[in-house]
Amino acid sequence: MTALHPPAPDVRDLPARPAWPDATGHFGPYGGRFVPEALIAALDELTEAYEAMRVDPGFLEEFARLQRDYTGRPSPLTDVPRFAEHCGGARVLLKREDLNHTGSHKINNVLGQALLTQRIGKTRVIAETGAGQHGVATATAAALMGLSCTVYMGEEDTRRQALNVARMRLLGAEVVPVTTGSRTLKDAINEAFRDWVTNVETTNYVFGTVAGPHPFPAMVRDFQRVIGDEAREQVLERTGRLPDAVLACVGGGSNAIGIFTAFVPDDGVRLVGLEAGGDGVATGRHAASITGGDPGVLHGARSYLLQDANGQTIESHSISAGLDYPGVGPEHSYLHDLGRAEYRPVTDSEAMEAFALLCRTEGIIPAIESAHALAGAVQVGRELAGRVGEGPAVLLVNLSGRGDKDVETASAWFGLGDREQVDPGPGMDTDQQPTEGAVSNDDATAGQDSGDLA
Amino acid sequence: MSRGMLQTRIAAARTEGRAALIAYLPVGYPDVDASIEAMTAAVDGGADIVEVGVPYSDPGMDGPTIQEAVDVAVRAGVGMRDVLRAVEAVAAAGAVPVVMSYWNPVERYGVDRFADDLAAAGGAGAITPDLIPDEAGPWLAATDRTGLDRVFLVAPSSTDARLASTTAACRGFVYAASAMGVTGTRAAVGDAAGRLVARTRTVTDLPVCVGLGVSDGDQAAEVAGFADGVIVGSAYVRALLDGGGAAAVRALSADLAAGVRRRVGKPA
Ligand SMILES: Cc1ncc(COP(=O)(O)O)c(C=O)c1O
Repeated sequence: MTALHPPAPDVRDLPARPAWPDATGHFGPYGGRFVPEALIAALDELTEAYEAMRVDPGFLEEFARLQRDYTGRPSPLTDVPRFAEHCGGARVLLKREDLNHTGSHKINNVLGQALLTQRIGKTRVIAETGAGQHGVATATAAALMGLSCTVYMGEEDTRRQALNVARMRLLGAEVVPVTTGSRTLKDAINEAFRDWVTNVETTNYVFGTVAGPHPFPAMVRDFQRVIGDEAREQVLERTGRLPDAVLACVGGGSNAIGIFTAFVPDDGVRLVGLEAGGDGVATGRHAASITGGDPGVLHGARSYLLQDANGQTIESHSISAGLDYPGVGPEHSYLHDLGRAEYRPVTDSEAMEAFALLCRTEGIIPAIESAHALAGAVQVGRELAGRVGEGPAVLLVNLSGRGDKDVETASAWFGLGDREQVDPGPGMDTDQQPTEGAVSNDDATAGQDSGDLA
Repeated sequence: MSRGMLQTRIAAARTEGRAALIAYLPVGYPDVDASIEAMTAAVDGGADIVEVGVPYSDPGMDGPTIQEAVDVAVRAGVGMRDVLRAVEAVAAAGAVPVVMSYWNPVERYGVDRFADDLAAAGGAGAITPDLIPDEAGPWLAATDRTGLDRVFLVAPSSTDARLASTTAACRGFVYAASAMGVTGTRAAVGDAAGRLVARTRTVTDLPVCVGLGVSDGDQAAEVAGFADGVIVGSAYVRALLDGGGAAAVRALSADLAAGVRRRVGKPA
């Protein structure tokens, strides 16, 4: 067969599955299984079932059907030129995971794990959740597939994300507020593991990110890699080339791994993970596990984590509940050590500025988690602005979720709403136009008067 | 390798026709000194072995009782130095100290440094509830080098193959986590415990000790009917949480010590 139209060197049909982890779940020195023996049988069962299903055409077909007809995949790729004006002249493309059913990338993984639960004959799922997006996605899949569902959520997060608590309850899930430790995601994970070890005969743990013991980091990655597989093709089609950098926020790391994986073999593509810098890494009040932590063991795997001299986990801090986690998935630790991906912190203020900017330039309200990735695009775009001899940089940003759940947090930050007069945080300050390029409210005609001018 | 302190002590109990009593208490609750006092009181009351608990921020295998106490110790910044002091005190009180620690505090302290310092303090070894032998390379090496005991857990869900490989890696005794679940007192000792011990005995000659759920002398007697050692944790911690102090710990130990001498279901 003659190749009349040889593919561009960048195009491969199906980007390969990475060579890691090894058979026992190790990404170099990271990952593995640091769990009580009582859970090993369940993890083995899950690994075995997953390894069989991942190559089972029946399973893959059902999974693909759900992604298409239920989630709404493929998610679009959106050019955001008005936002990009703030990014040093780079072209910015958003991968729109915010448009998925339930509002974030979390559904990709959950549908896979819920199908798996059905296939191994268990009738109950449990999940941990921080921002509530994974909990909502799990409650959704449980409703769809007739599974009973319990979601553990730190009490602190049930307050920050009250809307998602209501959504989960509407979907028929039981939400258990966790009152131990720091009352956030890490404690919800502890509680979910305790539930699992007690009820393992009937219950499957639908883990929400690429952390935890083997097989979760590899399995969740495989379910999330659809983001990058789609985006790589979409970017090539749209721009005729690969992006200069792929950016994603990193909590546990699932949306980042999801979009990175397809690009890992593309040496020229920078992979940039944006960690939650909170008040700034130097203040100690942050959630930047790789930038500000060291390797250790937490929640069943070895990886970077925030810990003190005694090996106690340090409580993390972030305005974003979904990034407020002191650990990170082992594959990120490995990519960091390999130098294949770079990780940088984005502070609460920087994230909220980017949040407001996207709202006002593009009419898209992002999740605060995803706003960290947007802030990274502003930074990286400006850094690349000075480079010579090449056209504008192309930045691919994973917009992992939408901001409906964050409206209250944003109102408080920006001093919107009428409950209290507070000084607005960065992003809505007076030297920025409320809507860029638009007529200011004072110059506009109020709706009730508009008839007079017609 | 010669028998370590744990096996020797459990064998001594066996020659008396009874099971050994193993008490768990966390270092640092209500504070370091009072926790050490509670440990020596447990020994006074009749504990043969004390599991000296290293406080950890994310104790995934523990129920609410132990979490509550350990939380206090973590917040107070209790660390390995305090643990080693408790180990010395237990040894001085005449019982065998064995450290119980989730893995990260050990790794953070340094695996070899921990082994050396523990041996120097008179500790028998360590129980590691979230470290399985498959991940334990450096710990196996450090315990081989120092002669310390290393106790891994088996569970009702362990396959026969895992029972064999896990017990082969153990030294001192085998910890049979008898119920599927977290630590905490239970109303009844399940059948699962007896079955697990019987299965474990088919693959090892090491003593098999049973933990998770024993709260009083009668339950201790029941477990002593089929196990070489009875491990009690939450009930001791409960005594402290309820404000009973060292006196309550001593009284509980005495009740449990009588229990392990009154083994049910086996001729004395
Ligand atoms: C929209 C969104 N993005 C990102 C995250 C962070 O998770 P991960 O790092 O696993 O993608 C969350 C978690 O709740 C989320 O809701």
